[in-house]
Amino acid sequence: MDLTEKTLFENTKNSDLILQGKSLATRMMWGILGTLVFIVIWSVIGYGLFTRPGYEQFTGFLPVPTLESLYHLVLDKAFWVSVASSIRRVIVGILIAFLLGLPFGLIIGFYKKLRMITYPPIQFLRMISPLSWMPIALLVFASFESAIYFLITMATIWPIMLNTTLGVSRVNTQWINMARSQGASNSQLIYHIVIPASIPHILVSLRLALGIAWIVLVPAEFLGVTSGLGYLINDARDTLEYDRLMAILIAIGIIGFIIDSGIKSIQNLFSWSWS
Amino acid sequence: MTITIEKMCKSYQLPAGKSLKVLEDISLTINDGDFVMILGESGCGKSTFLNLLAGLLPLTSGDVSVNGGSIDGPHPSRSIIFQQPSLLPWLNVEDNITFGCKLRKEHNNIKQIGQLIRIMGLSGFEKVYPSEISVGMAQRVCIARALIGHPEILLLDEPFTSLDTFNRTHLQQELIDFWQIESFTAVFVTHDIDEAILMGNRIVLLGERPCHVVEIFDIDMNYPRDIASPQFFDIRTKILRKFKDILLTPPEF
Ligand SMILES: Nc1ncnc2c1ncn2[C@@H]1O[C@H](COP(=O)(O)OP(=O)(O)OP(=O)(O)O)[C@@H](O)[C@H]1O
Ligand SMILES: [Mg+2]
Repeated sequence: MDLTEKTLFENTKNSDLILQGKSLATRMMWGILGTLVFIVIWSVIGYGLFTRPGYEQFTGFLPVPTLESLYHLVLDKAFWVSVASSIRRVIVGILIAFLLGLPFGLIIGFYKKLRMITYPPIQFLRMISPLSWMPIALLVFASFESAIYFLITMATIWPIMLNTTLGVSRVNTQWINMARSQGASNSQLIYHIVIPASIPHILVSLRLALGIAWIVLVPAEFLGVTSGLGYLINDARDTLEYDRLMAILIAIGIIGFIIDSGIKSIQNLFSWSWS
Repeated sequence: MTITIEKMCKSYQLPAGKSLKVLEDISLTINDGDFVMILGESGCGKSTFLNLLAGLLPLTSGDVSVNGGSIDGPHPSRSIIFQQPSLLPWLNVEDNITFGCKLRKEHNNIKQIGQLIRIMGLSGFEKVYPSEISVGMAQRVCIARALIGHPEILLLDEPFTSLDTFNRTHLQQELIDFWQIESFTAVFVTHDIDEAILMGNRIVLLGERPCHVVEIFDIDMNYPRDIASPQFFDIRTKILRKFKDILLTPPEF
């Protein structure tokens, strides 16, 4: 199996393990401390840079104007419309990636020969930055909307596929032997052993995919669309509203954090020892 | 079902092109309804032997046939209980036991779940998941899963090693009762001489490297057997003496 994916998998697992066993209150306390330290560093660097003569127009980047702007942003209906379209794009893109990547990952995990055949093309395609598909996406797809779906799918299908493959190839051989001696056919093996046994890996892949999709989304929305968080950033830059720009960045981080936490709690439901 | 093993050889392919010869020229006939104990020291190749009978491993050379037909893979009529309990963590005890029956759509067998749960001492644990039960209990679930399908051949790989003495004695007796009622053919792997004498009507002593049949003992005693009887003692002495012979023979080069 590919080393990068393995490391990614172990890391996602370990980062959860580190946080396990601590009470929610303790975790929140340290979390808040971390956030405060972040704001202090931001202020120090910001005031150091933007209070120099000639940089006055950039004071929007500082914490106080940003937080003020964030408050206005939350009250703005247009902001929520953009959030909704961004989330929709991520969901549709990942859904397509899942519908294609999951069955394919299962099959190449199951058949060793197929795994060897598909290894070079997959590793090759995986290394191409998803954003470099942009010109091709624009040529192929009539609407900007579909082009964005395509980019998100291209960015997320590889981790989904490779993690599913990893999950399948790591299924306890004892379970497979048990099921075979109980008379399971190949399709029964996939359905009754391989898929349930791979669920933890599949959830890891979903979490990775969401992280990647959320990152690719913003530059993808620099394309001609008229809604979405990426669009809002571009818009704020063009109108020189730097406080608003920073507020949107903060909002992107917060929303991504919330989505990731949501999947993490689903993951924890399946965290019993499946190996 | 009669199992005929002819010149069974098994080598494992090791990395760097080497190979490890584990079993050499094992020939043995297991008659219909036999309870054969495979006795041998740890690491001599007992699990390998049993997996070959199950059809889970390919033979290197030789042949295994059941009622005259060579086997070419696993089959539910030859149910195997592994050395390590292998339960599916996402199914509860009840669903683990009926797993094979459901695959094969044997609705009549599924109905016997209550009886098996009682015999195996699992009452009250039907809805519990494998992560919440002890290893010994997990192994009893595995035994129930193997028995519920009424296999014609039952292959057992040291199934009682992880159990305490009380549980082990109880289950040894239960298994013998089951065998006397169902009259399946059993091949039971163990490294425990007492267990071998207690249960089997034949004991096949495996040994040396590569592993082969050292001697076969017929045990002509009625069940339930008394571990303190002079007859038991005689057989044990005979087997132990053979063991000593193996250990004293220098390996061939
Ligand atoms: N898949 C494998 N690849 C290489 N060597 C193996 C493999 N499985 C077993 N062996 C080797 O074959 C020999 C016999 O193993 P086996 O598990 O059959 O012994 P065993 O008699 O069942 O031992 P135990 O009583 O400890 O269960 C051992 O030396 C083991 O290292
Ligand atoms: Mg063994």
